[in-house]
Amino acid sequence: MTIRFILDGETVEVADAPATATLLDHLRYRLRRTGTKEGCAEGDCGACTVLVGEADGARVAWRAVNACIQFLPMLHGKALMTVESLGGDTPLQSRMAANGSSQCGFCTPGFVMSLHGRSIGAAGCELPVEDVIAGNLCRCTGYGPILAAGRDVAPVVRDDAALAAALAAIPAGASGDGWYAPATVEDLTALLAAHPDARVVAGATDVALWVTKGLRDLGTVIFVGDIAELRRIEESAAGLTIGAGVRYAEAHRALAALHPDLGELVRRIGGLQVRNAATIGGNIANGSPIGDGPPALIALDATLTLAGADGRRTIALADYFLDYGRQDRRAGEFVESIFVPRPHADDVIHVAKLSRRFDSDISAVCGAVRLRVTDGVIAAARVAFGGMAATPRRAAACEAALTGQPFAEATIVRAADALAGDFTPLSDVRGSAAYRRQAAAAVLWRMWHRAAGRAVSVRDVEAIGA
Amino acid sequence: MHKPSLPHDSAALHVAGTARYIDDLPEPGDLLHLAFGQGREAHARIVAVDLDAVRAMPGVVAVYTAADIPGENDVSPLADDDRLLADGVVTYVGQPVFLVAATSRDAARRAARAGRIDYEPLPPLLTIAAARAAGSQIEPVQRMARGDADAALTAAPHRLTGGFAMGGQDHFYLEGQVALATPGEQGQVHVLSSTQHPSEVQHLIAQVLDVHSADVTVEVRRMGGAFGGKETQAAAFAAAAALVAVKTGRPAKFRCDRDDDMVMTGKRHDFEVAWDVGFDAAGRIGGLRLTLSSRCGATVDLSPGINDRAMFHSDNCYFLPDVEIVSERWRTNTVSATAFRGFGGPQGMLAIERVMDAVAAHLGLDPLEVRIANLYGPGRDVTPYGMTVADNIAPDLIARLRADARYDDRRAAIDAFNAGSPVLKRGIALTPVKFGISFTVTHLNQAGALVHLYADGSIQVNHGGTEMGQGLYVKVAQVVADVFALPVEAIRITATRTDKVPNTSATAASSGADLNGMAAHNAAMTIRERVTAFLARTYGCDEGAVAFTPAGVVVDGETIPFATVARKAHLGRVSLSATGFYATPHILYDRAAHKGRPFYYFAYGAAVSEVVIDTLTGESRVLAVDILHDVGRSLNPAIDLGQIEGAFVQGQGWLTTEELVFDDAGRLLTHSPATYKIPTASDRPARMTIALWDGGNVEPTINRSKAVGEPPFMLALSVFSALSAAVAATGPAARAPVPLDAPATPEAILRAISAHRAA
Repeated sequence: MTIRFILDGETVEVADAPATATLLDHLRYRLRRTGTKEGCAEGDCGACTVLVGEADGARVAWRAVNACIQFLPMLHGKALMTVESLGGDTPLQSRMAANGSSQCGFCTPGFVMSLHGRSIGAAGCELPVEDVIAGNLCRCTGYGPILAAGRDVAPVVRDDAALAAALAAIPAGASGDGWYAPATVEDLTALLAAHPDARVVAGATDVALWVTKGLRDLGTVIFVGDIAELRRIEESAAGLTIGAGVRYAEAHRALAALHPDLGELVRRIGGLQVRNAATIGGNIANGSPIGDGPPALIALDATLTLAGADGRRTIALADYFLDYGRQDRRAGEFVESIFVPRPHADDVIHVAKLSRRFDSDISAVCGAVRLRVTDGVIAAARVAFGGMAATPRRAAACEAALTGQPFAEATIVRAADALAGDFTPLSDVRGSAAYRRQAAAAVLWRMWHRAAGRAVSVRDVEAIGA
Repeated sequence: MHKPSLPHDSAALHVAGTARYIDDLPEPGDLLHLAFGQGREAHARIVAVDLDAVRAMPGVVAVYTAADIPGENDVSPLADDDRLLADGVVTYVGQPVFLVAATSRDAARRAARAGRIDYEPLPPLLTIAAARAAGSQIEPVQRMARGDADAALTAAPHRLTGGFAMGGQDHFYLEGQVALATPGEQGQVHVLSSTQHPSEVQHLIAQVLDVHSADVTVEVRRMGGAFGGKETQAAAFAAAAALVAVKTGRPAKFRCDRDDDMVMTGKRHDFEVAWDVGFDAAGRIGGLRLTLSSRCGATVDLSPGINDRAMFHSDNCYFLPDVEIVSERWRTNTVSATAFRGFGGPQGMLAIERVMDAVAAHLGLDPLEVRIANLYGPGRDVTPYGMTVADNIAPDLIARLRADARYDDRRAAIDAFNAGSPVLKRGIALTPVKFGISFTVTHLNQAGALVHLYADGSIQVNHGGTEMGQGLYVKVAQVVADVFALPVEAIRITATRTDKVPNTSATAASSGADLNGMAAHNAAMTIRERVTAFLARTYGCDEGAVAFTPAGVVVDGETIPFATVARKAHLGRVSLSATGFYATPHILYDRAAHKGRPFYYFAYGAAVSEVVIDTLTGESRVLAVDILHDVGRSLNPAIDLGQIEGAFVQGQGWLTTEELVFDDAGRLLTHSPATYKIPTASDRPARMTIALWDGGNVEPTINRSKAVGEPPFMLALSVFSALSAAVAATGPAARAPVPLDAPATPEAILRAISAHRAA
C-alpha cells in the first residue's frame, strides 16, 4: 500500500508503514516533525493537534484532528498542516509568544494548531474560542492568555485552489496490508461480504486506542471515512437523514437546529478534534453503553438503516442495542444512515449530559426526555438514558408513568419513582449507582423546572454584577 | 519597584514547535527503547517470574530483573526503600518488576506485557482506615503543640467537632516521564532526564550502577511540566535508561506511556482531617486539636517533609493560642504519594479553612468575619512552631481585596438570589494564603551558579535550578543582565547539568528564583568586581569611577563598549568565569520538637471566588475570581501573573473535577485523561482579575522579590469554601457545617446537599 498525502506543498509517499501506524509517530519519528507532541496517545489532550485538509471543489476544507489517533492510511489523498508548516511567526504565534500563552510549552503547538484552524476557517471555526480549544489541555497557564490570543487573532484567507487540484489528482483508495478503503457503498458491501469479520473504521477515535493503548492487532480493517455516499446530510420537513460517515462536527449545526439541547450535547461530545474525526455512525455502531449520541436520538424516535449484501433494513435505533457488546448488526452488514424525525413545536425536550467536567468528558449519566404535551396532557413520552445500563435504552416504566398524565409536578414525582425501577445502574469510575439514580431523576426534574421558566443550568448564569 | 515584564525565554520556540524536549532530539541509530514489566497485585510475594516469552518477543535485546543491578537496587530520595525493580515482593499495583530493552518503543511495550509473574497474595492495605487498623505507618505520629489544647477546649464558650476527606491529585504534566542515556568511556554515562532534581538522579544512578557520582552526568534543558511530579519520580526512568546503556553499550530511551505513567508514579497525598475546636461568640479560636491523616503509599518518598509542611500550614493566617496538631502518616499498598505544588501546604490550609467555615456556620456568621477575627496580629503573632510572623500583611491585603472585589455587596446580592432560586444556588468566599518559603530541611536551602563572560562580551549562565515552565531561566538571566547593565538578550541561558553545578537541591519549594537567582547574582558580581578592579588598575582610577551602564562601561568618564571591556579584560589575564553560591540565612528548625524558624519569610495572597451549583445534578461552575497576591518586588510581573493564574486553576481542578478512583484491588481506575479530568479552557472562571500586592520583602531576597510557584495554588481554597456556602444555601436554617469532601464533584456536591438538608 502506498499512502500519499500533501504536506506543505510536497507529496509525501509512504510505502512501508504498517496500516495501523499513527500519523503522530510518522510525523515525529519518520519525518522528524517533532513540534507535534504526544501527551496521551488517546485523543484527550490535543498536544498532537494537526490540520487535515480535503478537496472540496476549488477549496480545501480543513479540520483539526488528533494525530495520535489517526491511522496513517486515513491521510491518503489529504493535505496536512503541522506546526512547522506555519513558520513560527504568524500573528497568532507572535501574540501567543508575547502574552504568556506558554509556560512549559509542551501543549503549545497543539493550541497553535487549533487556533490557527479557527483563523483559516477550519471546521468548527464559528464556535467560541473556549469550544475550539476544549480538546486541548494545558496544565500550566490556566488558559487565560491562550483564550485572549485566540479571540484577538484575525481571520486569514487562504488560496487553496492549487492544493485542491493537487489533492484531486491523487488516486483514491490506498489499500493493502489488511487495510481496505472502499470509495463507494457498493464496494463496501462487497468487501464486507468477503470479510464479514473485518473491523469497520470511520473516524478511529475509539478503535485507535485499541492499538495505542491495547497494543492490539486489528486484523482486516475497512475504512469507510472516504465514502462520499455515507457523508451526506439530507434535511427535509420530516427530519434529518445523516450518513453513517458524517462526523459529529459536520452534523452539529443541523442537529442544533432540531433542538438547542442537541446542539449543546454535540458541543460536549469530545473536543473539536474528536468531533472532527468521530462519526455519528461509529458512535452508534460501536454499541457503547455510554455513547452520548444514542440516548437523545432514541428519545427523538430515530431510526437506523443497515445495509449489506442482502439488502437494506430500517429499525428503531432503540432496538439496535441488544446487550453489552452486542448489537443487531448481522454479519456483512454496516450502519448506513440514521434518520432523526423533526420534533413537534409543542414537544418538551430536555437532554442532559452529566459528567465531572463539562467539556471533553464521558458522561456518568446522559439522559433525554421528549414529551408531547397536548392541552396540558402528556400524549406521548420518550425517556432514554446512557450510563444506566449495559446499553443506551428507554425507561419504559417512567414513560408509562408520564403517558396520558397531566404535565404537572405530581406526574414528575410519579415518573421519577417509576424511573427508579427502570434501571439497576452500576458503580464505576464515573459515578456510584446511587448517584446515577439520583442524577437520572434530576434529568426529569430539570426538564420540569425549565419548562416552568426557571434557570436550571449552571452554564446559563453569570457572576453577580458581571 | 517591580522589574520589567519579559516573555518566557523559550516562548518563541514554544509557539513555533521548535523548543526541544528529550523525545524530540534526533535518535541515535542503535537506540534501545525501554518499558517496565509491571506488577498487577497491590501486595504480594513474587513466587516466580517467567520472562522466556518476553525474551522471545520480536526486537527484544535485553530483559533485566533486580538481580541484574550491579549496585544498590534503590531509587529513593530518603529512606532507601524504592526499588528500581521489585525484589521478592510487590507493594503497589504497577510496581516495576522487570525491565525490557528492545529495538522499538512498540516492541518494548508489547514484550513488557508478555511476562508471567506468579504471586502469593498478601493482605493489601489500601485506605487510611485499613492502615490505621493495622498500625502501618511510614514514621511515628508527629505532634506540633503549644499551650494546653484540652484546657482551652474545655474552657471555650463554644465547641465543635468535625472532619472531612480530601483527595489526591495527579500532576498531569503534559510531557510524561522520559530519559535518554548515552554510555561513555570507562563506565561513564550521560543522561538526559526530565527531572526537577538532576543531582539526585545523578547520585541514584551512580548507586544503581555502583560507580561514582563523577561518572554520571545528568542534563535537563526543560521539562514539559513537572509540578513536583518530577522531583523524585523521574529517577526510576533515568536509572533504568542508564542501566541499559551501561550494560548494553547502546543508548537507551525510556519514554513512558501516559497511562503507565499515571499508574506507576506518585501523586498528591489524600488526607482525612478531624478537628475539635473551641471558640468564642465572635468565632475567635481558643483551642484546637487538629488531626491530619495522610495516605503515603507504599514507601517513604518525601512524605515526612510533605506532612510536616501540612502541619506548618494548618495555621494559615490564623493565630491558634492553644493548639495540638497531630499528623499521622499511613503506609498503604498504593503508589507512593509524592511532592505536588504546595507540598502538603494545601492540605493543611484546607483543613483550617474548613474549621473557619464550620465555626462560622455554627455561629451564623459571615465566614470572612470569623477569618478576620482569627488573623495573626500584634501580640498574637507566633506560629504553633514558635516562629514569629514578622511580615504579616494578611489583614491589610484582605481588607483591600474585600473592597476591590465588592465582597459585601456581592454576598448580599447572592443571598437575595438564592432566596428566589430553587434549583441554582450561588456561593461566595474570600480565603487568604500565607505560605512559608524555604525547604524545611535546612541544608537544602543552598544553590550554586556558574557564569562565563567570553572575550567577545557574550555571557553564559548556568545554575542548579531547572526549567519546567515557571520562567526560572528568564528570571535568572534578568538578574545577571542587570549586574552588567546588559539587555537580557545578551545572556545565553544553558541547560542545567550536574557537571557544571554540583550537589544542587531540587527545583522545588518555590525556591528556584530565590536561591539560584542569588547564586547567579553572586557569580556575576564576582566577575564584575574583577573587571572593575582591572579597569581601575588599567585606567588609573578609583573603582568607584567604574560603572556598568546600558550604554557601556563608564571608566573615569569614558564610555567603553561592554564587548571591548571583555576583550581587554581577557588580554589583561583576568578570570572571566566565576561560580556563585548562596545559602539562605537565619533559618533553623528542630524537627524533634517541631520548633524553630523553618521559613525565611512568608508569601501572602487572598482570593474571592463566586460559584454556582445545580442542586438537582450537583454540577458547579466558578463564575468569578478576584485575586490579590504578594510576590514582593517582582522579578518579572508577566511571569508571576502567569504562575498565579495557572496555580489557581490547577488548585481549582484539585478541589472540583480531579478525582482519583482506586478499586477494591488497589488498581487506579483514573489512569488516563479520559477518566481523570483536569480543567479545560471553559472551566477557567469567566471573570478573573489578578492584581499584585504592592510591597517588597522584609528580607533581603533578590530584588526583594518573593517566591511564587506554590503559594497561589492555595488561592483556590476560596472555590471550595464558596461551593460550601452554596450548598449551605440549600438549607439556610441549618446552622451546621457543610459536610463537603474534596474534590467537589457533582456526586460529592449532591451528597453534601442531601446531608446538609437532613442536618
